[in-house]
Amino acid sequence: MYTDKVMDHFSNPRNVGEIEDANGVGEVGNASCGDIMKIYLKVEGDVIKDIKFKTFGCGAAIATSSMVTEMAIGKTLDEAWKLSNEAVAEALDGLPSQKMHCSNLAADALHEAIKDYRENNA
Amino acid sequence: MKNIYMDYNATTPVRPEVLEEMLPFYTQHFGNPSSVHWAGRAVKGAIEKAREQVAALINCSPAEVVFTSCGSEGDNFALKGTVDALKEKGNHIITTSVEHPAVLETCEYLEKQGCEVTYLPVDKEGMLDLAALEAAITDRTILISVMWANNETGNIFPIEEIGAIARKYKVRFHTDSVQAIGRIPVDVQKANVDLAVISGHKLGAAKGVGAMYIRRGTRMTQFMHGGHQERHRRAGTHNVAGIVGLGKACEIAMQRMDEDMPRIQQLRDRLEKGILESIPEVKLNGHPQRRLPNTLNVSFAYIEGESILLNFDMKGIAASSGSACTSGSLEPSHVMCAMCVDVVLAHSSTRFSLGPDNSDEDVDFILRELPPIVQRLREMSPLYNSDARMSCSQCKVVRRA
Ligand SMILES: Cc1ncc(COP(=O)(O)O)c(C=O)c1O
Ligand code: FES
Repeated sequence: MYTDKVMDHFSNPRNVGEIEDANGVGEVGNASCGDIMKIYLKVEGDVIKDIKFKTFGCGAAIATSSMVTEMAIGKTLDEAWKLSNEAVAEALDGLPSQKMHCSNLAADALHEAIKDYRENNA
Repeated sequence: MKNIYMDYNATTPVRPEVLEEMLPFYTQHFGNPSSVHWAGRAVKGAIEKAREQVAALINCSPAEVVFTSCGSEGDNFALKGTVDALKEKGNHIITTSVEHPAVLETCEYLEKQGCEVTYLPVDKEGMLDLAALEAAITDRTILISVMWANNETGNIFPIEEIGAIARKYKVRFHTDSVQAIGRIPVDVQKANVDLAVISGHKLGAAKGVGAMYIRRGTRMTQFMHGGHQERHRRAGTHNVAGIVGLGKACEIAMQRMDEDMPRIQQLRDRLEKGILESIPEVKLNGHPQRRLPNTLNVSFAYIEGESILLNFDMKGIAASSGSACTSGSLEPSHVMCAMCVDVVLAHSSTRFSLGPDNSDEDVDFILRELPPIVQRLREMSPLYNSDARMSCSQCKVVRRA
């Protein structure tokens, strides 16, 4: 059902955990299926120096979380802001159609974390 | 890697002895049992033998057994056939909120056709309040439909007591006995059941074959129209090999239940005890005692079922989950929600259902592999070691309570 890339990120997720001195945190719940994801950012200058996640959810939710952190790290906030759900799903070589909504979780959590950083540092 | 199958409530392998009985009916004995010639005659007897084997297992007369294509067909026929036949008498059905979709979705369809349906709630252990069942009966009630055993938790309902209530009020009683057949004794006379449903693939026969018990004199509107098979009760050329296999599987179940089930229960109990002892914050779903001997349903706090199953799968372990993420429906199991299981725990519910091929080694293997899987997923979960909680009020599925 899942691509090799999804299974790779699911079984060896990158950047799992919390950042003690994070300066941006985003948490979203997935309204459609009740799952939860949290992203921690360490932003320096305008760049995401470190990023970590924690996710309660299905294989697709965990894999998209892992992928979104990998895609965002090292990017400027403006670049990271442009990361879309579709881009995350595409980077995983696609998701089963009934799992596309899971990818919203990851991109939304990233956007929430960026928003949080910007509010804290406005 | 060895594969371990613990999903017998989903489906079972065809038993070798069953397959052996079936095979000649694909080639050598290929006739249509409705034909008068030698080819048909050779087959007719086999179907009648299977009918006797099914009847013996559930203690009814062979004439009261009707062969079908699956459990879902049986449930559909039982409900729709009753509603139509008894429409002069009433339009009210009493069922439970934890039935299989084959009953629940049929009830929802019948509601759209003008029926009234009472979905009885269950308590936290998944059991019914029989006083509430009795109180729900009105003079418009035409059918009580309560499953013999629940597919997710394994809970066994007090079918004999419900049968007595049905008799007292002279209401027809249907039971979806798909999960009970072959696992616990099912006696339709003793339980005063009018309609009962069997599915072949849950007891070591093939997929695509089933049977129904229809008590003599139970008026039903035909469901499948066409030929005169099954005494006009169900049209369609018989699935001869499937039916022969179902008969054999019933015979084997009858011979081996007393021997197999205690052994399977012992494995299940050891698995249950091992999980509860080695992993903190695990919840047993269902009634601790009144359960099928083969079924174990547990929730591991803070983690989600599909990710548990995927980790199992990587180790060759096949189990199932009540998580929304595995159902394709985006809602966690209606059974967990009816039991008011906290929504996060409902997402985490994991079912092990054992069968005759499981061994002590299988249990040992799972008990060894499970704790690190749970720990790894917990460390990934934002709910673990946090104050965040999702409460039952957020459970979107309590629509039938
Ligand atoms: C309790 C119950 N009823 C009905 C069915 C449907 O049976 P079938 O798959 O033969 O249609 C199942 C199978 O999952 C079941 O567990
Ligand atoms: S997060 Fe629930 S289905 Fe993917």
